[in-house]
Amino acid sequence: MFTTTFDQFDWETEKASIYNKTQIEAEKALLAKHRTYEDFKALIAPAALPLLEQMALLSQRETQRRFGKTIQLYAPLYLSNECQNICTYCGFSLDNKIPRKTLTSLEILQEIAVLKKMGYQHVLLVTGEAQQQVGMDYFKKVIPLIKPHFAHIAMEVQPLEECDYRILRQLGVNTILVYQETYHQSDYKIHHTKGKKSNFRYRLETPDRIGRAEIHKIGLGVLLGLDDWRTDSAFAALHLQYLEKTYWKSKFSISFPRLRPHAGGLEPKTVINDAELVQLICAWRLFNQDVELSMSTRESQNFRNNIIKLGITSISAGSKTNPGGYAVEPQSLEQFEIDDTRTPEEIIEVIKQAGYDPVWKDWDAILQLD
Amino acid sequence: MSNSLKIADKIFSSRLFTGTGKFSSLSIMEEALLASGSELVTVALKRIDVTLQDHLLKHLDHPQISLLPNTSGARTAKEAVYAAELAREALETNWLKLEIHPDPKYLMPDPIETLLAAEELVKKGFVVLPYCHADPVLCKRLEEAGVAAVMPLGAPIGSNQGLQTLPMLEIIIQQANVPVIIDAGIGKPSHAAQAMEIGADAVLVNTAIAVAPDPINIAIAFREAVRAGRIAYEAGMAISGQEARASSPLTSFLTNT
Repeated sequence: MFTTTFDQFDWETEKASIYNKTQIEAEKALLAKHRTYEDFKALIAPAALPLLEQMALLSQRETQRRFGKTIQLYAPLYLSNECQNICTYCGFSLDNKIPRKTLTSLEILQEIAVLKKMGYQHVLLVTGEAQQQVGMDYFKKVIPLIKPHFAHIAMEVQPLEECDYRILRQLGVNTILVYQETYHQSDYKIHHTKGKKSNFRYRLETPDRIGRAEIHKIGLGVLLGLDDWRTDSAFAALHLQYLEKTYWKSKFSISFPRLRPHAGGLEPKTVINDAELVQLICAWRLFNQDVELSMSTRESQNFRNNIIKLGITSISAGSKTNPGGYAVEPQSLEQFEIDDTRTPEEIIEVIKQAGYDPVWKDWDAILQLD
Repeated sequence: MSNSLKIADKIFSSRLFTGTGKFSSLSIMEEALLASGSELVTVALKRIDVTLQDHLLKHLDHPQISLLPNTSGARTAKEAVYAAELAREALETNWLKLEIHPDPKYLMPDPIETLLAAEELVKKGFVVLPYCHADPVLCKRLEEAGVAAVMPLGAPIGSNQGLQTLPMLEIIIQQANVPVIIDAGIGKPSHAAQAMEIGADAVLVNTAIAVAPDPINIAIAFREAVRAGRIAYEAGMAISGQEARASSPLTSFLTNT
């Protein structure tokens, strides 16, 4: 279990070590053939910021070599906003008085029709955590409905038991995303006050359960800004390093949701600005040449237009983060605010302009047999 | 002119095989592949949408180009066999590049699953070209299973590192009864020329063309390098290195009596 590795590291020590990294250490990391965890820390350190252009160039080169000049397209499909958790940063938090909705089979098909018309073949299913409304019984009912329409199915749902992940795999789910949000154990408790999600260690062990269930791809991430984003990213790097060695048949992806100051919302503990987010994305690529790096519509048009060339491998477009957002109930409350509202066609054009081939399909159901 | 290459029932005048992944656009891919003169082009089944008239295939619709579907993404023999059957139906060819890599990081081919799948696919009537390690024994075992050619790797796929497995490749070529196509790791035209000079029957190049700043001209460079390497192999090359010339010839005692 990753918890064994995790317990050997102390948050404050790691944090101090990152902030004490020098530019020389960052330059050494840049030149290294195989970059270590310490190199990753040097590359995300404030001391590495002056090297950003070189990092970007190397990141672009490594990404093109491994993934080619291609960008994978995916879209989220929110199935439900029911949630029993209280999380300080989330629109679906139990204490938010919003109308709750879980899509019916018919509604799911209506939503799928819109996504298919846009061209999507890779879909990300999202729910809150509510065992009654969106537990395994619900998944067993709706996934067989969804599966025939897509080449690749990812899910971002509550942490489950290993046996449940096995069932999901048998139902045709290819990828599971579970974000730790923060690796700062005591601050985690402050942000997750109620519900199953408040159990830090159960969440920390989730990618192990996913790996043991032989899910093909595992997605990790931290909510950048919830705590010190550098230290959190360093722990995520440790996590990835552990998982890659333990579950060597699994693929991995990293996402970069960032918390930004907005009226009425949770104030980030540290703000990660655009340059720092570029630095973080490039550092991930230099640390791991094979991990998929994903970019959502939380980011601005300008940022997304330019990040295509710098290391990411997949991007969403035209996303709706409310259940029914595509067809059934377009006006309902979103989980988080979409910044880039451009349509998939517009994003396709941006990708092509950047000199990349937009890829709709890069998987096939035939490749996952149980 | 170099001799043509025969694999199963097909004759190829070009010994440069190519891939279709990683290009910045389908039209650039098409132009580069045409410029390369390649007559066998591999396509990942996972990129093909069999329910639609896939536009990737439209760009490959040229009389001189034969398609070689591949099973990239398959992690077991079972998955590869299913994928092969789907590919045969979708692309209307029984040719298959068999790829099984359970490890998504380095994409190392699984020798055991590859051999199992090759045996089964040959029985099912496929023309099997397996991607494998530069392992001489494995290549012989695959040959015994009835594959049409073997495709040992020069270096990890996509790494552009050249023929890192050279001594093993030389053994494979020496003892093969089927064509040897060096796949993976060929990063520059000189690597391709070297592969041909040591007697490989063909090479497969993808990343080095697709990701190059000018894929069309680099495709031409590969075309010429493969041709030059093959002519050199057929013509025979002068012995390289510094010739040993002992200051007192070792056999001089025979005449200096």
